Amino acid sequence: MKEAAVINPVEPFLRMDRMPHIWCPGCGIGTTVNCFARALIESGADLDRLAIVSGIGCTGRVAGYLKLDSFHTTHGRAIPFATGLKLANPSLQVVVYSGDGDLFAIGGNHLIHAARRNIDIKVVCVNNLIYAMTGGQSAPTTPPEAVTTTAPFGCYEPAFNLPYLAESAGASYVARWTTYHVRQLARSMNDVLHKNGFCFIEVLSPCPTLYQRRNRMGDGLDTMKYYKEHSKTRHGAATRDLELSLHGDIIVGKFVDRERPDYLEAMQHRLREQLGERFVEQEAVCA
Amino acid sequence: MQADPKGVLTGAHFLDGDQACCEGALAAGARFAAGYPITPSTEIVERFAARIPTIGGVFIQMEDELAASIAILGAVWGGAKAFTVTSGPGFSLMMEHIGYAAMTETPCVFVNVQRGGPSTGLPTLPAQADMMQARWGSHGDYEIIALAPNSPQECFDLTIQAFNLSEEYRVPVMFMMDECVGHMTEKVEIPPAERIEIRPRRHTSRLPGEFRPYEANGDGVPEMVHAGEGYRFHVTGLTHDEQGYPAMNPQAQDRLVRRLKRKVHDAAERIALYEEENTEAADVVVVSYGITSRVAQRAIEMAREKGIPVGKFRLITVWPFPEAHLRALARRTKAFVVPELNCGQIALEVERAAAGHARTIPVTHAGGSVHQPEQILEAIAEALR
Repeated sequence: MKEAAVINPVEPFLRMDRMPHIWCPGCGIGTTVNCFARALIESGADLDRLAIVSGIGCTGRVAGYLKLDSFHTTHGRAIPFATGLKLANPSLQVVVYSGDGDLFAIGGNHLIHAARRNIDIKVVCVNNLIYAMTGGQSAPTTPPEAVTTTAPFGCYEPAFNLPYLAESAGASYVARWTTYHVRQLARSMNDVLHKNGFCFIEVLSPCPTLYQRRNRMGDGLDTMKYYKEHSKTRHGAATRDLELSLHGDIIVGKFVDRERPDYLEAMQHRLREQLGERFVEQEAVCA
Repeated sequence: MQADPKGVLTGAHFLDGDQACCEGALAAGARFAAGYPITPSTEIVERFAARIPTIGGVFIQMEDELAASIAILGAVWGGAKAFTVTSGPGFSLMMEHIGYAAMTETPCVFVNVQRGGPSTGLPTLPAQADMMQARWGSHGDYEIIALAPNSPQECFDLTIQAFNLSEEYRVPVMFMMDECVGHMTEKVEIPPAERIEIRPRRHTSRLPGEFRPYEANGDGVPEMVHAGEGYRFHVTGLTHDEQGYPAMNPQAQDRLVRRLKRKVHDAAERIALYEEENTEAADVVVVSYGITSRVAQRAIEMAREKGIPVGKFRLITVWPFPEAHLRALARRTKAFVVPELNCGQIALEVERAAAGHARTIPVTHAGGSVHQPEQILEAIAEALR
């Protein structure tokens, strides 16, 4: 029997010349990339005008695998890089794709300010609850009692509730899914590609090598089962109630979807109001 | 290419160095600036914020210097000419992105209006103590270009040069002002746009598919593209190959790092801007830069009044250090006197370039004011003893 050559529909979105990727077996980052590629197909986005910006870490490697204009920046600074990119060329769709440590520890200040300004960028945060690239240290997302290499007797710091922080800082759109929720995640990613302003999606993702194993939570498949059994979809849930714990439930869904002028709209409105005809809207800049 | 007249405030003006620097950036075509307030540099972006809405462009005040210094790099990859402005403590925070700009070959300008340090130091008073930091501050091996103006007129003229050099060599250029030059007000003549030469971006004429983002030309400088043009290219701060893909091996590291250094180092003579006077028959040459060169000028005049022939060598390009010029000079003179508002930074470079052919006498100053000409005169006298 002759077998037809089967091409994975997401292959055209990937730099196949860079495969195999560096992610571990059971890691969820690849699953999120698959969802993102499917969202790109669904969205009809002009891929020549879509740039992806990552910071440093396991998720920071996403930019390098996507066949788009892609920028692998410095640790924590994907958002301010994306801010400059977007403001210099507002016709670009700019997506920031990075991890929890990158976006909320070293880059936390930038995230809250980009949300406050409502910069028109879309942030996908893959949250594996740990610093994975460096070997499993505590992150600001590590739940209390979880064991990490830098909290060998269990973590005793409270963790950030990412959706609550993003909403409080001013994000226009906030959702959370896990890598079990592939369809919902792809739909949210598609949503934000059509939404103006600062959008934030948290994706809980297993790190079997460094988080689940050390906390006796099994492998990647066990984590999928855990996500399946412990996730509760609550669209519109109050973000203050979304704290995560070591073995507790995970509230998922779309929590915030609101409208307000983005940074450029606010800037142009104000300057036009004050300067009238003297205001010159920036051209698509070219050096 | 001629300057875009929209950004050129042609005419004679009475400006301080900070304002003149802003006008230079606008004339050079900078249409994006990101900054974080810090004395004594803030006036540059204050003026930019007031000027840019009627020219067409963006100013954004970022949450810190790390953000400002990478927002400009994002803007450059979006197609803009961009710069940021700071002083000592902010310059320290920007070091990571000076390295990222060097590694990714992002043309951009970092302005540092120097004040006394270390740490918070003397926020409102001058120093020239960040000269080595400008060269070596980020980790790893790389080269940058640094210019040091000594007047508001030069703050205008050389800011344009700084942008042009950043485009020519695809490197971050450090514009090393100091508090005195930044706050000194003098006449600044801004020529008509058609008399201002602008180096455009080295944009590739190759089509997507034929283009390799880090394949260097003969001069070691690759061509560039911007996001949104259909190239689907990759930029990373990791060691990378010609395609721009990460390459984690010593061969790729050697090829990349040596090219990044060579493209600037090999052009040192072409990049070297300096002012040289009466060095032919001088036993002593005063080597200075920035505000100190103006005090040195007075000391040189005082020495001549006493009948001592003293030469003058003013560094305008400080990095790459014009060592060939200094070495040639060292063979003709007995001593270099090097006054600077630090405890001896560029004096070390002068000594290295002199390679034992001439003595080097530093005239140090911890910062907070300028030298007295007498201090430099005394060093000149010592050099002759």
